[in-house]
Amino acid sequence: MSEFIHAKSIKNNEVRFSDALFYNFLRLITVLIIILFASVFVFLYRSSEPLFLEQGWSFFKETTWSPTTDTYGVLAFVYGTLVSSFIALLFAVPVSMGSALFLTQLCPRFLVSPIRSIIELLAAIPSVVYGLWGIFVLAPFIKNYVQPVLSGLTPGLPFFQGPPFGLGLFTAGLILAIMIIPTITTISIEIFQAVPKLYKEGAKALGATDWEAIKIAVIKPGMAGVLAAITLGLGRAMGETMAVTMVIGNRADISSSLFSPAATMASVIANEYAEAGSNLHSASLTAVGFTLLLISMLVNFGARYIIKKFRGPI
Amino acid sequence: MKSPYNLTEQSFNRKLKNKFMKFIFAFLTVLALIPLFIIFLHVIKSGINAINYDFITQLPAPAGQPGGGIANAILGSITMVALAAIIAVPLGVLGGTYLSEYKGGKLSSVFRFVVDLMTSIPSIIVGLYIYSVIVLPMKGFSAYAGALALALLMFPIVVKSTEEILKLLPTNIREAGLALGIPRWRVIVSIILRGSVPGITTGVLLAIARVSGETAPLLFTAFGNQFWANSLNQPTSSLTVQIYTYAISPFQEWHEQAWGAAFILLLTIFIFNLVARWLLLRNKNEYM
Repeated sequence: MSEFIHAKSIKNNEVRFSDALFYNFLRLITVLIIILFASVFVFLYRSSEPLFLEQGWSFFKETTWSPTTDTYGVLAFVYGTLVSSFIALLFAVPVSMGSALFLTQLCPRFLVSPIRSIIELLAAIPSVVYGLWGIFVLAPFIKNYVQPVLSGLTPGLPFFQGPPFGLGLFTAGLILAIMIIPTITTISIEIFQAVPKLYKEGAKALGATDWEAIKIAVIKPGMAGVLAAITLGLGRAMGETMAVTMVIGNRADISSSLFSPAATMASVIANEYAEAGSNLHSASLTAVGFTLLLISMLVNFGARYIIKKFRGPI
Repeated sequence: MKSPYNLTEQSFNRKLKNKFMKFIFAFLTVLALIPLFIIFLHVIKSGINAINYDFITQLPAPAGQPGGGIANAILGSITMVALAAIIAVPLGVLGGTYLSEYKGGKLSSVFRFVVDLMTSIPSIIVGLYIYSVIVLPMKGFSAYAGALALALLMFPIVVKSTEEILKLLPTNIREAGLALGIPRWRVIVSIILRGSVPGITTGVLLAIARVSGETAPLLFTAFGNQFWANSLNQPTSSLTVQIYTYAISPFQEWHEQAWGAAFILLLTIFIFNLVARWLLLRNKNEYM
């Protein structure tokens, strides 16, 4: 809004007063929310303090998580979070990019908005429903069909071996992939739409095929934005709780097999917090939460940095 | 110079590659659509059998016994989501108004930053926070705590959507109001906000749909309850937590009920989404 609104043409005290009152009321609310946000960090830190006093930095180096012996280390969960999120990206990125390119560049116009709506509806399905479907439909499918085939094809590799539970890192990653497809797709669509049409027309005028024009004049200029979209998808996958808790098997292990049960930072909190017996146990779970919060913030900053730094032509 | 023969061969390859990549993109789009239909099909198929009159009017049956319902969970969810909306919607609308109408200051850029970060807090962390701020001092799980956790998740969504909607209004509407000598706050409340009610409502409905599906922040704030909660101060059951508890239980009867509850939840969320979209469309036709 321009100077117009800021200009106070009416020198009426009453008007000035009521305006100032409204303005300061809004500012007060804003400040309170900012304080509330800061207090999230303060409270989480304070609740996890007993653990840091007891164990110090070893919490971040320890791979064992054993409430019975009061040994707490976060690494197994960091591993579970990273691997499941990475599997999710592996499946979600090609699918999302493909759909975003199809919808913005190739799709007949009358189909665009129905397909987009359907993909956006995927984001409306609650996490717990994904989890329910994961337990009773996806996990048995993985157990009976996917793992036997994959481990049969690669007898030497450790990644696909182990007893078939159905519940584990791979299943969690697959569910996460479905859940983050809408996030990455909708942001990528916006990115590709923002690329000037002239680029593509120019490329085609030079004799490029459709695919070549898309590669040179749509994907390349939009790359930074797409990277940011992927980072935001990663952030969402790492913080996702219910669906993962229900299908990952919940075991604090670092195993080389993708089909073995594991646990993520979010899943261990959901799984153990309500039953945490000792004070130290609940403090460690809060510390896991604090770590997760910091990592989520970091990923979010990463996405912003990418957008700012490599804004490029759009 | 390449020979003409090579050129045609090259362009044949290029055309083939072009066709192939186009096919891949279409294929990936179909792949993105498949999960929705599969999940829908399963929820409808397994859910519809579980639904009957008892299911939506009775309390849960003891573990392993047939019958019973999820009436308390339905009521608990409605209570907590409504309470959350009562807290988060006014604050969110005011926050969005601040961002759209008083931008440019230092405070507003800090606030915008904080709101963005709030959307990226994992929902389970919100549960942990409310646990240490509300549940511990009040010495018990309650509907209040659950509603506050949901409100915290709802707030940034409402702020963002309100800001987006208000930004759509042209500047000259504001200038016209001010030129008439109307105080600025009246311009904002009676012209800007009033004219944006349909758009803001769309945002609010989407936010409500979003938090009705939340489970993680309720796990250790509202907890759960196999009976009616007599007051807002007691552990309260919700549809989502009930689905979780039933799904991970070993009982066949509960599994079936989990599908039934999922069906009801999904139906509600989709109705909210459809109404929100319809409102947006109608609004668009009217003003743009």
